[in-house]
Amino acid sequence: MVFEYAPSIESTTILKLANRYQHFIGGKMVAPAGGKYFDSLNPATGEVVAQFAQGSKKDVDKAVQAAQNAYDKIWKKMPAAERGKYLFRIARIIQERSRELAVAETIDNGKPIRETRDVDVPLVASHFFYHAGWADKLQYAGLGDKYSSYGVVGQIIPWNFPLLMLSWKIAPALATGNTVVLKPAETTPLTAMLFAEICQQAELPAGVVNIITGDGETGKELVNHPGIAKIAFTGSTEVGRIIAQSIGNTDKALSLELGGKGANIIFEDAPIDEAVEGIINGIFFNQGHVCCAGSRLLVQENVAGEVIEKLKKRMSLIRLGNPLDKNTDLGAINNAPQLAKIKELTQAGIDEGAEFWQAEVNLPTTGLWCPPTLFTGVWQSHRIAREEIFGPVLSTITFRTPEEAIEKANNTPYGLSAGVWSDKGSRTLWAASKLKAGVIWSNTFNKFDPTSPFGGYKESGWGREGGRHGLLPYLKSSVKG
Amino acid sequence: MATSDRIDVKKTYKLYINGEFVRSESGRSYELKNKTGKFIANPAQGSRKDLRDAVTAARAAHSGWANATAYNRGQVLYRVAEVLEQRKNELITAYTLETGSTQSVAQKNVLAGIDYWVWAAGWSDKIATVLGSTNPVAGPFYNFTAPESLGVVANFPIISGGFLALSATIASTIVTGNTSIVVANEKSPLIAITLAEILATSDVPNGVVNILTGKDSELQPWVASHMEIDGVEASGLNKKSLGELKIAGAQNFKRIAYFKNSTDYKEIERLSAFIEYKTVWHTVGY
Repeated sequence: MVFEYAPSIESTTILKLANRYQHFIGGKMVAPAGGKYFDSLNPATGEVVAQFAQGSKKDVDKAVQAAQNAYDKIWKKMPAAERGKYLFRIARIIQERSRELAVAETIDNGKPIRETRDVDVPLVASHFFYHAGWADKLQYAGLGDKYSSYGVVGQIIPWNFPLLMLSWKIAPALATGNTVVLKPAETTPLTAMLFAEICQQAELPAGVVNIITGDGETGKELVNHPGIAKIAFTGSTEVGRIIAQSIGNTDKALSLELGGKGANIIFEDAPIDEAVEGIINGIFFNQGHVCCAGSRLLVQENVAGEVIEKLKKRMSLIRLGNPLDKNTDLGAINNAPQLAKIKELTQAGIDEGAEFWQAEVNLPTTGLWCPPTLFTGVWQSHRIAREEIFGPVLSTITFRTPEEAIEKANNTPYGLSAGVWSDKGSRTLWAASKLKAGVIWSNTFNKFDPTSPFGGYKESGWGREGGRHGLLPYLKSSVKG
Repeated sequence: MATSDRIDVKKTYKLYINGEFVRSESGRSYELKNKTGKFIANPAQGSRKDLRDAVTAARAAHSGWANATAYNRGQVLYRVAEVLEQRKNELITAYTLETGSTQSVAQKNVLAGIDYWVWAAGWSDKIATVLGSTNPVAGPFYNFTAPESLGVVANFPIISGGFLALSATIASTIVTGNTSIVVANEKSPLIAITLAEILATSDVPNGVVNILTGKDSELQPWVASHMEIDGVEASGLNKKSLGELKIAGAQNFKRIAYFKNSTDYKEIERLSAFIEYKTVWHTVGY
C-alpha cells in the first residue's frame, strides 16, 4: 500500500517581504527613473509577491556609471586578496540567511523548497566561497600574467535558477576584478534584491555590484550600452544569437550559456532502478526548467520495455503541488508563457504521432502546473525530439547499438549535456569521449559543483562557468585583439 | 647551349583541396604583380563553391585526425618541419618574389616559420595536461575536464607575419585535432601554395589542411555563413570584415578569435581558441 504524506509546510515567517523593491545602484536602493514598477507573481498561487522597479535607459546609464566609478576608483586598485575577502564574507552571509533565501526563491520561482533549501542555496554559497579563493591566484588561471580584468561587465540571467545563476555570474566576475551590472529575469527578481541587501551587509564597496530589474527591453539597454566591456548571458539560444549579432560590430566580449536537448542514454547493462531515478532527476528536477535537462531518453531497445514500465510507475509517485511543502517533488511552472510553450510542444508531440502518457495527478486549482509527461515512440524528426521544451516532458527514443546511441545523441545543434548509464566503466568513458557535449554525467545526472566547469558545445554557448575554465571568460587576454 | 638561353618552366599556382591541386571551379584566376608592377603569376581565384569543397574535405578528415593519438599528430607536425627544412629555398624564393623583401629578411621569416612547426608539434601531447583539470567536486565522483578539438576551422592569417604567421595559424589550429581551411591573403598566394606543395609530400592526411587563394573579402561572407565551419581565426581580416563575420557567424555560434600581431606567435591561446572543454562526472562506488 502507498502511504500518504501529511503536509509539511515550510514557514514563511523567516522572510520579511517589502511591498516594493528598487534598483540597487552605487550601493543604494534607487527608485526607477521612469517611476514604473511591475509585479512578480508566485506561480503556485498567482498572488503578487512584490513590486519591482522597471529599468529604463536612464537607470542602466546610472548603474553602468556607478560600476565604472567603482572599478576605476576602488576595485581595480584593491589588492586581490582583499577583494577575495569580500567574496568570502558574501558566502558566509548567504549561509547565515540560507533558509530565508530558500523560502524567497520558492515563493518567487515556484520550485520546491526541498530543492531551493538543499540544492540552489547551498550551491550559491559554495560558488562564492570557491571564487573568493581565486581572487589572488589568477596567475594560475591559464593565461600566466598576460591578463587583465575587463572593467564593467553586464550580466543577464534567467528565471530557472535565479539566485544560483546570479552566483555563477557575479562570483567569477568579482573574483577576476571586474565590476557588475546584473539584470535578473522579469519573473524572478526577488532573491537578487535580497542579494543586494547581502552586498550591503558585507560592506561591499558601493557600485561593485549593481542590480537593475526589468524586462527584455531593460536587458537590451544593458547589452547595447557603450560602457559595458563584456556581456555574460544565460538564457535561450534564440536570444543569445540576437545578443551576439547586436554586438558584432563592437569590441565587447561575450560569454553565453544557452539551450540544450540533453540525451540520457540507458545501455542494456545499466543498473535499471538507479537509471530510472536518474531519468526522473534528469527531466523532472526543477520542473524540467533546466538547460541541461535530460530531455531525450535514449534507451537500448532490449531493455526499453522494462525501463518504461518502471519509469511510469515511478512517475506516478511524483508529488506535485505546493512548493513550500517539504514533501513536494514537482513545483509550479514558473510563468504563463512558458506553460503555453510546454503545452504547444506537447500537443505537437501528440499530433506528430508520438505516444503520450501523463501521470495521474490532481493539479491544484490555482497557479501554473504541468503533470509529469512521457512520450514514447518518438522519432528524431519530431519537434519534441529537436526543440527545447523546458518543462517536465520527456521524449523517448530507442536504439540498438552503442554507435547508434551516440549518433542519435549527437543529432542536435545543441551540445550542453548528456547522461550515460551502464555498469561498465570502459563503456561509459567510451560514450563520454564520443558525445559532443560540454558536461557528461555517467550514472548520475544534473550534478553541479563550483569546481566543475559547465557549458556547451555547438549552439549551447560560448565559454564555461565554474572551475578554472570558468575564470577565462572574465579575464581579458593581452594576446587577443 | 648556354644556360642563359634556357627558358624557365613557370609554375601554375592552384588551390589545395583534399590533398589535390585544383583550379578554381569558377575558372577564375587573378594577376599577381610585384611592387614594381611586374607580372609574377596568375593564382587561382577561389570561389564559394571551392570553399564548400574545402569544407566537405575538412569535415570528412576531422574524425580521423582528431582521433589519431596525440603522439601521432605530433610526429606528423614534426615531419612537416623536416620537409620544410629540406625545401626552405622554395619558400624563401616565393617570399621574396611576392613581398619584394631581401633574401635575409625572407630567410629569417621562413626559418622562424619552420621552427614554429617544431614548437607546435611538441604541444600535441601536452595540451590536455596543461589545459585540462581534475576537479575536486563535493561528492563521490571522479570529475575531470579535458580539451577536445572544435572541428573545422577557417584561417585568415595576418599578411604582415609572412610565412611565420601562416605557419602559426595552421599549426596551432591542427595540432589539437582540428582541420583547417586557409584563406590566403590576396597579396600572398605564392608562399601559401608553396607550403601546400610541401604539405602534400608530408604525412598530413588529405583534407586536414586546405588552402584557398583569391580575395579574402569575397570569401569571408561565405565562410561566415557556412554552417559546417565551427571556428574562424580572423586575425587577417580588417575591422569591417571582422564585424560582418561576427554577425553572420552568430547563426551557428562560430568560435571566432582575433589575435594581435605577435613577434613569435608562440602563445598557447592560439591553440586554446579552437578547442572545447568536456567535463565528465564519473560515479565512484563499488
